[in-house]
Amino acid sequence: MAVLLEKSFPVEAGAFTTAGEASTTIKRTLKQLGINAEVLRHVSVACYEVELNLVIHSLGGTLTLLVDPEKVTLISKDVGPGIPDIDKAMTEGFSTASAEARTLGFGAGMGLPNMKRNATEFDIQSEVGVGTTITMSFALR
Amino acid sequence: MVTKEKRFHSVRLEGEKCRGCTNCLKRCPTEAIRVRGGRAHIIDERCIDCGECIRVCSYHAKVAVTDPLSSISQFKYKIALPAPSLYGQFNNLKSISHVLGGLKRMGFDDVYEVARGADVVSKAIRERLKDPKLPRPVISSACPAIVRLIQVRFPDLIDHIVDVRQPMEVAAMIARQEFARKHGVNPEEIGCFFITPCPAKVTAIRNPIGHEKSAVNGAISVLEIYGLLSSQLKNTPVDLTLEEASDIGVGWARSGGESFAVSPDEAMAVDGIENCIRVLEEIEDNRLKNLEFFEGAACTGGCVGGPLNFENNYVARSEIRKLATRQTEPELNVDSGMMTKYDLYMSGRILPNSAMKLDDDLMEAMRKMEKIEKLYSELPGFDCGSCGSPTCRTFAEDVIQGDATRMDCIHMMKDQLRVMAQQMVDLAKTTRE
Repeated sequence: MAVLLEKSFPVEAGAFTTAGEASTTIKRTLKQLGINAEVLRHVSVACYEVELNLVIHSLGGTLTLLVDPEKVTLISKDVGPGIPDIDKAMTEGFSTASAEARTLGFGAGMGLPNMKRNATEFDIQSEVGVGTTITMSFALR
Repeated sequence: MVTKEKRFHSVRLEGEKCRGCTNCLKRCPTEAIRVRGGRAHIIDERCIDCGECIRVCSYHAKVAVTDPLSSISQFKYKIALPAPSLYGQFNNLKSISHVLGGLKRMGFDDVYEVARGADVVSKAIRERLKDPKLPRPVISSACPAIVRLIQVRFPDLIDHIVDVRQPMEVAAMIARQEFARKHGVNPEEIGCFFITPCPAKVTAIRNPIGHEKSAVNGAISVLEIYGLLSSQLKNTPVDLTLEEASDIGVGWARSGGESFAVSPDEAMAVDGIENCIRVLEEIEDNRLKNLEFFEGAACTGGCVGGPLNFENNYVARSEIRKLATRQTEPELNVDSGMMTKYDLYMSGRILPNSAMKLDDDLMEAMRKMEKIEKLYSELPGFDCGSCGSPTCRTFAEDVIQGDATRMDCIHMMKDQLRVMAQQMVDLAKTTRE
């Protein structure tokens, strides 16, 4: 089914002041579309995690929301630095968050596992020096 | 917008006083106000009766509909249920009994403290918090404006709302039953009247959330009785047994009181509706996963900040603090018999309110969203409110929903006029040649 709605949000590296703004807009959009509460909850959690990942770990990137009648899709695409060992990154409790991020309460190493848990389908592709793309979809029925 | 049957709202507009300014428009937390034809209009389905517009209206065009004191005469027996915030309205009040005695002298047969209801509710919530299966944080159900805000803006957090009834409901049930038993009268002949600090409670009585019928028969505003009651305070109270609520229950008058009562170490109390919205967003994002309990009050300071109070919330807050200092430990004096005797828990589910939804059909909603995005990108983004919608974004939504036209935007109109003026000049030139 063709994508009917697409919205992209640039996310800056290290921009803690605006962190979470894309998620807030995405939530608002989904509520206006009447997406049901349960899906909304999963998207909210995963969306905030992925947005914060872009702020904390990436060199900047874009968060894209796609909606079609079957599912909601979130795509996070960054321009680096890339993840050397994806399996390790997916392990609960593993984190490479900076001291600055940790003082703000991040870096518990639950980000990626949490996203995977909340999404219906989860895919992560990464290449060191190139970037990481995370694609998550959430089934609407 | 989805049209529904007319709902009861305490918050109303007095059309002739409204000047069509943007004060209320900008402050409404659910974007429920529009200015059309020079006057404000409240969108019924969206209004949560928080009373923000009453507070900010310079022309007093926004009012709360409450019951007059005279309405108590419809009942043979009348019981006053004072909100604990009422005690904070008087300077250096000697004792709570002075207020309770004063209410009795005003024509009530009995007085039952809502703070006592809060004692019972506190215990019921503590019981609920023992259940690890409830999603955390558990959200307070005490402020009806916050519950309605969640229905409208945070439907995915409805499951977090604790299913315990409000203190005024519990107080009304107990008061009625005890009075009927003590005096051997028919409970139907007893009218329970809440002395309310806010319009949200008035609406909650007429349209209860989470249960069918309210046990409260009417709501009289603090402002309505303030003058008469103050003049009664000089008299020494005769009956000291009326005052039976704990300091914990009285503490519910201010933000943080409920938290202290139910989970002193792991709760968060937030006051002011905009602050509540910010924290609810965080709860939605699962950022507060270690939080046990969330107490949100739409009014600054909690119920002492209600728009129908006389005293400002800071003064009232400190008065309450003076009155409720005897108890520093969150110990509740509620016997377990109370817990099973009354319907403390809600009987129905709280349902989401779909007033923010663009369309019932997802495909249609998406098509509308696309059009909204396109129009929004052409708007100046000043959020000036001149069009009668609170922001450029809501204006775009209103145009696509057929509730406004592009030319309602003075900036778009100016551009249009410029184009037309140029066309006139061009036309004049060509005809001259």
